[in-house]
Amino acid sequence: MKKDLLSISDLTSDEIHLVLDTTEAMREIGQRPIKKVPTLRGKTIVNLFYEPSTRTRTSFEIAEKRLSADTLNIAVASSSVLKGETLSDTAMNIEAMSPDMIVLRHASSGAGHLLSRICRSRIINAGDGMHEHPTQALLDAFTIREHKKSIAGLKVTIVGDLLHSRVLRSNVLLLTKLGAEVWVSGPQTLVPAGIERMGVRVSTNIDLAVADADVIMMLRIQQERMHGAFFPSLREYFNVFGMTKARVERAKPDVIIMHPGPMNRGVEIASEVADGPYSVILEQVANGVAVRMAVLYLLAGGAEVD
Amino acid sequence: MSKRLLRGARVVDPANGRDGAFDVLIEGDRIARVGRDLPIDDETTVVDVPSGLVVCPGLIDMHVHLREPGQEHKETVATGTAAAVAGGFTSVACMPNTRPVNDNAGVTEYILRKAAEANLARVYPIGAVSRGQQGEQLADIAELRQAGCVAITDDGHPVATAMLMRRALEYAGMFNLPIIEHCEEQTLQADGVAHEGFHASALGLRGIPGEAESIMALRDIALAELTRGVVHIAHMSARQTLDAVRWGKSRGARVTCEVTPHHFILTDEMLGAPVPYDTNVKMNPPLREAADRDAMLVGLADGSVDVIATDHAPHHYDEKQVEFDRAPFGITGLETAVSLCFDRLVHPGVVSLARLIELLSVNPARILSVKGGALSEGAPADISILAPDMRVTVDAGRMRSKSKNTPFDGWTLRGGVAATIVGGRVVYANEGVSLQL
Repeated sequence: MKKDLLSISDLTSDEIHLVLDTTEAMREIGQRPIKKVPTLRGKTIVNLFYEPSTRTRTSFEIAEKRLSADTLNIAVASSSVLKGETLSDTAMNIEAMSPDMIVLRHASSGAGHLLSRICRSRIINAGDGMHEHPTQALLDAFTIREHKKSIAGLKVTIVGDLLHSRVLRSNVLLLTKLGAEVWVSGPQTLVPAGIERMGVRVSTNIDLAVADADVIMMLRIQQERMHGAFFPSLREYFNVFGMTKARVERAKPDVIIMHPGPMNRGVEIASEVADGPYSVILEQVANGVAVRMAVLYLLAGGAEVD
Repeated sequence: MSKRLLRGARVVDPANGRDGAFDVLIEGDRIARVGRDLPIDDETTVVDVPSGLVVCPGLIDMHVHLREPGQEHKETVATGTAAAVAGGFTSVACMPNTRPVNDNAGVTEYILRKAAEANLARVYPIGAVSRGQQGEQLADIAELRQAGCVAITDDGHPVATAMLMRRALEYAGMFNLPIIEHCEEQTLQADGVAHEGFHASALGLRGIPGEAESIMALRDIALAELTRGVVHIAHMSARQTLDAVRWGKSRGARVTCEVTPHHFILTDEMLGAPVPYDTNVKMNPPLREAADRDAMLVGLADGSVDVIATDHAPHHYDEKQVEFDRAPFGITGLETAVSLCFDRLVHPGVVSLARLIELLSVNPARILSVKGGALSEGAPADISILAPDMRVTVDAGRMRSKSKNTPFDGWTLRGGVAATIVGGRVVYANEGVSLQL
């Protein structure tokens, strides 16, 4: 494995399979009465979060603690960034205390790359702007593999705010690398220019996009990233692109419905779908901890897990 | 009066139809004669120019940011003109987006005084179109002209409204001042930081489409036609903008345009490699795709492009050492332009050397109505001596500019500058060239 995990493109397909296989072992630790192994004892991991995050930060922290790492959370309010220290200076200060890894969440695309050029510590990207969120894609892949055995050959349809989504970019890289047929769908105003060059099929016709899908992955409408009017109203968005029971029925009978959270019920997904029989949304959250344990373990050099 | 004869050099002086071996006699600050086998008297110092070097009218960069007054941590008139002469430029025209803005004679005179103190390249200030570059009221354009401004612009932004642009073209037209326009339709630009396309999309960077530029160029060309004013399209990056300029010229509109070396060499592929999110490939307008870059090369070759300018935009290291979307736009250009032009235009045969001199000297002098652009008898002795075959490795750390923000650091290029003469005075001599000036 490379020094850092900034993008899914840092991983070969063999390495992705290794992460997913390792996740199986990590999940077993989470099912023990004492959910802790000494694997990363003596390692220091800094969770440096420049954006509010509940799920991802908690997931990393639980993963780190289950592996016995010493963890430290730094939550930086974005308002203080403007008047305070630069990211480079913060990074150099943290680096001076010799952590082993830094888990970074930041509103700017490429923030992890900047850190990576400054720090000897390993950098794990926990979401950078509109760029990537690699551990989310890994946990999504693990969840898909659980249900579908293999990813190659599946039709995976990703629906929603494609433009602003880091989850989209990481998933497209990962799923195409493992041989899935990836469709993306959303309002034309939220389709990134040139996205088809990433190897996906683009359709603004959601019914076409979800037809015979093995997996439907919903993306959140990120209202905080909406700088302009991309669609007329949330109500109209739901009418045109919302995942309803009727639309789900166009997919394969054994389709699974995924969502990286947090969900906007009644905007991108109907509650009856989110809570329905095809939904694997809470499994994704559960798998997040095991995947992050696997990533931390493998980046740390893959010592023995007992 | 000192007399110096540059003997036996290849002289490329397209304004006078010269390209061949000529002698150039400099008397004091003027060019006294250009001819073959000029007679030599006892008072004349003879400089034998080694074969392979080229003597041409002094190069003029009509689009630089010298940052003084107000942002002296990035650049000063002294360091900027030192960079200019090291880059072969005898004159630069500097943009008004200083602090305070150059929208009045006081600032213009301050810049000219700093230029006189530095005493290196000639400096031609460019004034603001609008007061404070705020896009509301016209600046005191006649006063700016009187103080020495050679053009006006709200560079950094376009002239805010069509009405203000119309009035500016009409008003500046009375003084034969061209308006240099930074073309950018602001609502399409949105919060963009890179060219809208595959690379920006894959990297999660907000895009700016080429049409943000061409739409504004079309507005300005239409207004130039309406008013018979003169508009010069700055740092053109999109192929649609070049088409707009061609359309305007074909209709007889008084429109000219410039392109920077980075826009005819680099593409948006550099956003991701070799250094992902390198803030030294962040500039406005952004690096565009290969089709745009190639269109610029065609325009340079076929005469549609009038000028090569650098848009030299120095920024401090600290300002660039931040997240990509927080970094300021711009790169330096004065000290790399000549090498890049030789390596990417002349040696591959995109343009002839004579055409390059038109782009870098003849046309900027004509557009700005300033001295230079020709080695004519009686003209100021502003001369660049170029070394087309010199091997140059770009080393940002050794540049004269106060700022080092260049994406070309470490590039090895064929072509360089041997010496720069301003008003008969040698203001730069390259140590690596055996030229006894």
